[in-house]
Amino acid sequence: MHNKTIAELSQGLANGEFSSVELTQAHLDRIKRLDPKYNSFITVTEDAALASAQQADAQRAAGDAGDLTGIPIAQKDLFCTEGVRTTCASKILDNFIAPYDATIVTKFNEAGTVCVGKTNMDEFAMGSSNENSAYGAVKNPWDTNAVPGGSSGGSAAAVAARLVPGSTGSDTGGSIRQPAALCGVTGLKPTYGRVSRWGMIAYASSLDQAGPFARTAEDCAYMLNAMAGFDGKDSTSIDRAVPDYRANLNNSLQGLRIGLPKEYFTDSLDAGVQQVIQNAIREYEKLGATVKEISLPRSELAIPAYYVIAPAEASSNLSRFDGVRFGHRCDDPEDLLDLYKRSRAEGFGREVKRRIIAGTYALSEGYYDAYYLKAQRLRRMIKNDFVAALNEVDVIMGPTTPTPAFNIGEKSGDPMSMYLGDIYTISANLAGIPGISIPCGFVNDRPVGLQIMGNYFEESRLLNAAHQYQLHTDWHQQAPAGIE
Amino acid sequence: MSIERNDVLNAAHLARLGIDDRDIEDFTQDLTNIISLADQMQAVDTTGIEPMAHPMDATQRLRADQITESNQRDHFQKIAPATEDGLYLVPRVID
Repeated sequence: MHNKTIAELSQGLANGEFSSVELTQAHLDRIKRLDPKYNSFITVTEDAALASAQQADAQRAAGDAGDLTGIPIAQKDLFCTEGVRTTCASKILDNFIAPYDATIVTKFNEAGTVCVGKTNMDEFAMGSSNENSAYGAVKNPWDTNAVPGGSSGGSAAAVAARLVPGSTGSDTGGSIRQPAALCGVTGLKPTYGRVSRWGMIAYASSLDQAGPFARTAEDCAYMLNAMAGFDGKDSTSIDRAVPDYRANLNNSLQGLRIGLPKEYFTDSLDAGVQQVIQNAIREYEKLGATVKEISLPRSELAIPAYYVIAPAEASSNLSRFDGVRFGHRCDDPEDLLDLYKRSRAEGFGREVKRRIIAGTYALSEGYYDAYYLKAQRLRRMIKNDFVAALNEVDVIMGPTTPTPAFNIGEKSGDPMSMYLGDIYTISANLAGIPGISIPCGFVNDRPVGLQIMGNYFEESRLLNAAHQYQLHTDWHQQAPAGIE
Repeated sequence: MSIERNDVLNAAHLARLGIDDRDIEDFTQDLTNIISLADQMQAVDTTGIEPMAHPMDATQRLRADQITESNQRDHFQKIAPATEDGLYLVPRVID
């Protein structure tokens, strides 16, 4: 059962081939047996999962089942789940039992999915390797010496290892697309504002966006149907009708105009990855697409702009973790200042402290204009570059990452080199446009992701382009060794 | 722009973040690296470009001033480190 896609499982449940309880139990058994190798879960909610599976079966028996009723999924551990520990992979939230559900958790519950647990991640979603977790690094199912990517590394690894058919992630600078690429699964970052951020523990509020992981684009369409939509509780949510994201999957790609940014194909791109990407583009040409070179001239400046804006917003967002109302509090505080300082010093990990310091510095008196405002001006120029390019082409394609997965420990002592690895993903967050990463080959037996970016609210077009590729290739069907 | 120990201590204090003495040097180096990365932005002329806070330039939505939430104080205080009589307890601030 674990090799079936969400679409196939949905059909199997509808045909009565198996029940949600059987399906859920099978996945829970796999998690118990295999996850000690990958560490992709922080919390497994076995009893609650079986109870919701029973409920899903009852709903189906009553003739009231939807496409996702009874399908097991996992939630990244930064989405609040009422009554369930929600840690954000941080010691400061080790004892935090969320008192309410995030909007997307409610939406998935309403759609009838079964949440089997909460996945591991980089602490507060800060990182690109999943090594910054208070609960230990996640291992890449393709090679347990390799990182799974981050920050949604647990969600990507769990789907790659067939522990769940789908999971959720959040993407602030690539945190869905990059681990999807490194783990050989499909991951979609929707347009900023498409999916509610309410109940998603905030990292950088003007960049954060939730999205799905699955093995296929079709499955991501099923999941996005459940996740997307306006939410009055999220002040940056966009009030705009949600299409059926499955409706255009089968459209022909004849005449699709693909842009290849010349700035993405330089010496800093691994030669093996470049080859794999070129093969994927050729496949698109066979499907009737046309290809042209485009320019995104400010691509390199996306990194400095991002590493000002994201830490600045994080330093503000993370001020709520103060040891007063919830989360970790230090022992025997001398006074209120000591309570704040020591609770936060004990609760936050290294990378989080690094970004709080940098963000606070960039926002402090005398530096705000030179850093934060400057980065926001640059951000508009980066957006304008995308808008201009997307007037000429329908989608932009390129590598999701400059290299395949690196080894655990290889970059953990050098945060700057880790930051530079986000080069192809962060500009979509700065512009707010959607992007998807799909498996398109291997370099040294490690997966490579093709990134497809498109215009605002054109998730359907990205899913269509990804689905058509997946109908004609089988990279997305490859499974890591030992995952039978 | 050169970053000194004091810049780190000042930012950490503003952020109410305690730092071990033995880590100050590392954080000074980290902040130096991040700021020198950020300084690459200074080479770009952004005169006349409006800062962009939201991808669609949306402004904060307002809603009618109506009560929408019920009082859930007990529910929320169940996860607090220390409470008394419905209040959050912290060390004495004023003697």
